[in-house]
Amino acid sequence: MNLLVLKLIAQRIALGILLLFLVSILIFAGTQILPGDVAQSILGQGATDQALANLRREMGLDDPAVTRYFNWLGGILQGDMGTALSNNRDIASSLWGRAQNTLFLAFWTALVAVPLAIILGLVAVRYQNRWPDRAISGTTLTAISLPEFFVGYVLMYFFAVKLGWFPSVSTVYDGMPFADRMMAIALPAATLTLIILAHMMRMTRAAILNVMQSAYVETAELKGLGGLKIIWRHAFPNSVAPVVNVVMLNLAFLVVGVVVIEVIFVYPGLGQYLIDHVAKRDVPVVQAVGLIFAAVYIGLNMVADIVSILANPRLRHPK
Amino acid sequence: MKYLRTIPITALLGTALTGMFLFAAIFAPWIAPYGMSEVVGDMWEPSSAQFLLGTDNLGRDLLSRMIYGAQTTILIASLATLLAFTMGSVLGILAAVLGGWMDQVMSRGVDILMSIPTLIFALVVLSVMPSTMLVLILVMGILDSTRVYRISRAVAVDVNVQDFVEVARLRGEGNSWIVFREILPNALSPLVAELGLRFIFAVLFLSSLSFLGLGVQPPEADWGSMVRENRQGIVFGVPAALIPAGAIALLAISVNLVADWILRRTTDLKGGRGG
Repeated sequence: MNLLVLKLIAQRIALGILLLFLVSILIFAGTQILPGDVAQSILGQGATDQALANLRREMGLDDPAVTRYFNWLGGILQGDMGTALSNNRDIASSLWGRAQNTLFLAFWTALVAVPLAIILGLVAVRYQNRWPDRAISGTTLTAISLPEFFVGYVLMYFFAVKLGWFPSVSTVYDGMPFADRMMAIALPAATLTLIILAHMMRMTRAAILNVMQSAYVETAELKGLGGLKIIWRHAFPNSVAPVVNVVMLNLAFLVVGVVVIEVIFVYPGLGQYLIDHVAKRDVPVVQAVGLIFAAVYIGLNMVADIVSILANPRLRHPK
Repeated sequence: MKYLRTIPITALLGTALTGMFLFAAIFAPWIAPYGMSEVVGDMWEPSSAQFLLGTDNLGRDLLSRMIYGAQTTILIASLATLLAFTMGSVLGILAAVLGGWMDQVMSRGVDILMSIPTLIFALVVLSVMPSTMLVLILVMGILDSTRVYRISRAVAVDVNVQDFVEVARLRGEGNSWIVFREILPNALSPLVAELGLRFIFAVLFLSSLSFLGLGVQPPEADWGSMVRENRQGIVFGVPAALIPAGAIALLAISVNLVADWILRRTTDLKGGRGG
């Protein structure tokens, strides 16, 4: 570790924080300054002027936007996300359990999808332009165009309804035994895996192929090493940075894909929570959950960049 | 005729399927056997000679609804793509031509917009705006224009330093001439290849929003909202929801096949980047 690397990483983290700050402004502005009155949309067209005025005062809508923004941001920084308009519950406490469910699903998906994608990527490179590569690439090209709910419902129709192997609705509750919980998330995790696998595998393949063209790989070939050994010992370590980048980008994508998947399988996670409250026009909840999703997304992108800084030997050992 | 034979079979298949969907969308009122919201049978009847794809959750003919749904899906997705393209490419090229602080402001603005996942940002906006067709087109178009902006700016930066642009500038042409008459025609081929991908993205995005209940609102229906209407059936073993979902997939795949071929052709013309 040297000063240059530290400086680059510090810069990248500062940039991430700045970005998050700007995004919070954008999310706030997106719901507050746009034409359309929040009070009106909650109460509907038939509301009396008095009721509208009361609600506006209660929500602090009469304050200038800047004041409201800093009140909101200050609250969030202290862990206070406000109360939901639809049921007057504290947002932060209802968020926590759902965030855990979403993380549980995302964790097991990543644990299956990441190694699988990397192995398939390596196989595709090893048998480049032969049938395993063509089969893998062809399938993934199709998989990229499939909507999440198509994959989800096809899996549900065959594996849950026709074969009865898994439950069709992924109900989870507190104190549920671990094995039952795994059964419940099997189908949503499989759907998510299929969706991110294609993309991750293609990008892994491209990253390794890029390295395969370098001179040291040719040397390894000339000294008589076998195909998989060259990839594993020489090409793969040098493509770790781009591959980690790919993985992080796909995990960021997973965070978004989770929204649709949770609705398909009625899984009580953050995504379902967000969608329910968008439909109810519950602005404080939408802002809070939107900000969390954006923060995770920005965070993962930041980690991807930091890993590529750390993995670059030219930066670690400057001349 | 000779040229036709050089087109790969996958591209022909893609073109044929895309053409079929377009045909269904344009001539919907003439080819649909029943009206869109006409209740003609029991709920979730299996497919029969009378109802080729069966009926939906309210007993409406699914085939007719699919044909009308094609109209809504393709219309909104095309208009959103068109908006994304016009806005993204003009602003992107303008940023490359103007350079300096205008470029910085626009590019950093796009960076911020792109740092929020598209779906999440759309959900935030749709929580305060009504899901009318106009709002959907605007939201999808503006969010997607950031991708087009990136590409067209990158292409335009390359073209901008060419001699003929320099000549036009010395001739005293204004910025709009340089954007529309000098750079745009030369940046068009990579942009056209991108068009197909953006259209697929728009179709999938609209379908997701409608599936989540935040896109096209009843009584109008697109394929995404039909999946939503019929999803309860899946649990009882009625595959009606799979039909609109499959149609979305098929449309996306066929456009992808065409776009892939155009992309390969344009790169071949330039000596081919990568095999």
